[in-house]
Amino acid sequence: MSATDTQDPNRRDFLYVATGMAAVVGAGAVAWPFIDQMRPDASTLALASVEVDVSSLTPGMSLIVKWRGKPVVVRNRTEQEMKDGETVNLADLKDPIARNANLPADAPATDANRTTPGKEAWMVMVQVCTHLGCIPLGQEGDFGGWFCPCHGSQYDTAGRIRKGPAPENMAVPVFKFISDTKILIG
Amino acid sequence: MSEGHSTYTPKTGIERWFDARMPLPRMVYDSFIAYPVPRNLNYAWTFGGILAIMLVAQILTGIVLAMHYTADTNLAFNSVEKIMRDVNSGWLLRYMHSNGASFFFVAVYIHIFRGLYYGSYKAPRELLWILGCIIYLLMMATGFMGYVLPWGQMSFWGATVITGFFSAIPLVGDWIQQLLLGGFAVDNPTLNRFFALHYLLPFMIAGVVVLHVWALHVVGQSNPTGIEVKSKTDTVAFTPYATIKDAFGMIVFLFLFAYFVFYLPNFLGHPDNYTIANPLKTPAHIVPEWYFLPFYAILRAITFNIGPINSKLGGVLCMFGAIVMLFLVPWLDTSKVRSAVYRPWYKLFFWLFVADAVLLGWLGSQPAEGGGLLTLLIGEVSGNYVGYAQAATLFYFAFFLVALPVLGLIETPRRLPNSITEAVLEKNKGAGGGHPAGATSAPETKG
Repeated sequence: MSATDTQDPNRRDFLYVATGMAAVVGAGAVAWPFIDQMRPDASTLALASVEVDVSSLTPGMSLIVKWRGKPVVVRNRTEQEMKDGETVNLADLKDPIARNANLPADAPATDANRTTPGKEAWMVMVQVCTHLGCIPLGQEGDFGGWFCPCHGSQYDTAGRIRKGPAPENMAVPVFKFISDTKILIG
Repeated sequence: MSEGHSTYTPKTGIERWFDARMPLPRMVYDSFIAYPVPRNLNYAWTFGGILAIMLVAQILTGIVLAMHYTADTNLAFNSVEKIMRDVNSGWLLRYMHSNGASFFFVAVYIHIFRGLYYGSYKAPRELLWILGCIIYLLMMATGFMGYVLPWGQMSFWGATVITGFFSAIPLVGDWIQQLLLGGFAVDNPTLNRFFALHYLLPFMIAGVVVLHVWALHVVGQSNPTGIEVKSKTDTVAFTPYATIKDAFGMIVFLFLFAYFVFYLPNFLGHPDNYTIANPLKTPAHIVPEWYFLPFYAILRAITFNIGPINSKLGGVLCMFGAIVMLFLVPWLDTSKVRSAVYRPWYKLFFWLFVADAVLLGWLGSQPAEGGGLLTLLIGEVSGNYVGYAQAATLFYFAFFLVALPVLGLIETPRRLPNSITEAVLEKNKGAGGGHPAGATSAPETKG
């Protein structure tokens, strides 16, 4: 070893750090597949969107489809239900955000923002209580919308939380009408 | 304790051969035969041995059950029913395993409360205590994942609610939840990984138990007086004294266990778990296994937002915080005296804490109804479960964060005996001579 090698930082310090860094990157690269394999796999992601035929739904009827392992309700709302949803004062809402994946994250929770333009009669919504994940019952409770039997959360006809422990409105998933009678969810 | 002065002398040729190559017989002799234990240990000290036997029982029954179980959402429920009906002795093995989990927790709770009462966590036993807390955490993870495997309604919805806790974490919560589930909801990938982990974790527990016992044998056992062993008269040999006492404790405990296995096998379970999991229908009232109920009550007690923390995240933080408290106990308790026997105020607060934990457990099994603590104070006393849960949660944290640090500073402890031997002899004198105070019988007497 020459005399210049003893000065700090010397070649050996550089080699220590470089070797150490290579070991860290290597360990990370080995660890990643073990973490990565736990994420949703291709077959699960393949089910990430579903097509629903809603031609049979007259106003006042709902159907439930399983999407990503969770129930999604598609409801053709009655005139009365739409009117109930529209006349709500936004200041009375516990959660003023639309929670509609098709809209910007800060969109206000108006009845129109809970549905899709031109198809305001149709509620498409993940029917999972935002409290602890129970499935609320449809067309029950004080607001004529949904009622969760677990801890008593009550939602209105637009699926907005009105009373009880749930923190948020029920989520509206990404969806669109691909024809007048077909909806693509996800 | 025993290091440096092993009293083992190999007698046979085989023993000498081993001793020169791998002194396993010496280790067993020093740890379980000649090992000195305090002479005044009471039956609360038998639960370490009971826990060891429960771990072995769970691993044995679990391995044979795994030979008949199928971790697939379409088959899991039926494979468990097949174990119950078709597999020879399957009903017995499954009931031993499911009730064994409960009794494992019964024993661990007594073991933890014993440590809290006698101050077993104080220096130099902090690491021993923390290893125990880690075992308890692993037990909870194992118990939770095991409960998912039969794929009944409570399995499914319990898994949904508990993995839902992680979604409360800001920013990365949903990513972590999907990582745990392997999907967007509890489904086949979840069941498979839970089965794999449920099989793995007990062996990790066994590994930490080895460390726990190692740490125990370095610092020595605590005892009801909390005074360190000072002389040879303070101790007796592990065998026969502790061996026989532990064995008797185990037999009594296993009697109770067997009573449940044979006469009340489903008493601690939930009837909804005999309904196959249905992702589209929630049971009316989701409850976890009984051993999680106090924490479940704490989770649900937080119904209000705390500044920027919403009620859901607040509940999750409080629930995990309740367990974190246990890890901090060695540093929260400021008292120089270990045992509650000599701490009148701590003794009172300890029993209040036990009552509080039981109350929280009961509240966890009740529906989350009522107006909360504020309406409780203005007279809504009937059915205000949320109010009681909030009060009990407040006391739970106050015990750790206020009572433990403050009592150690202001309390005047009773006079401590000079040694374990003195405490034992004094006690025998006070007991009215029911036992002669001779040295040979004294180790077997207890309070």
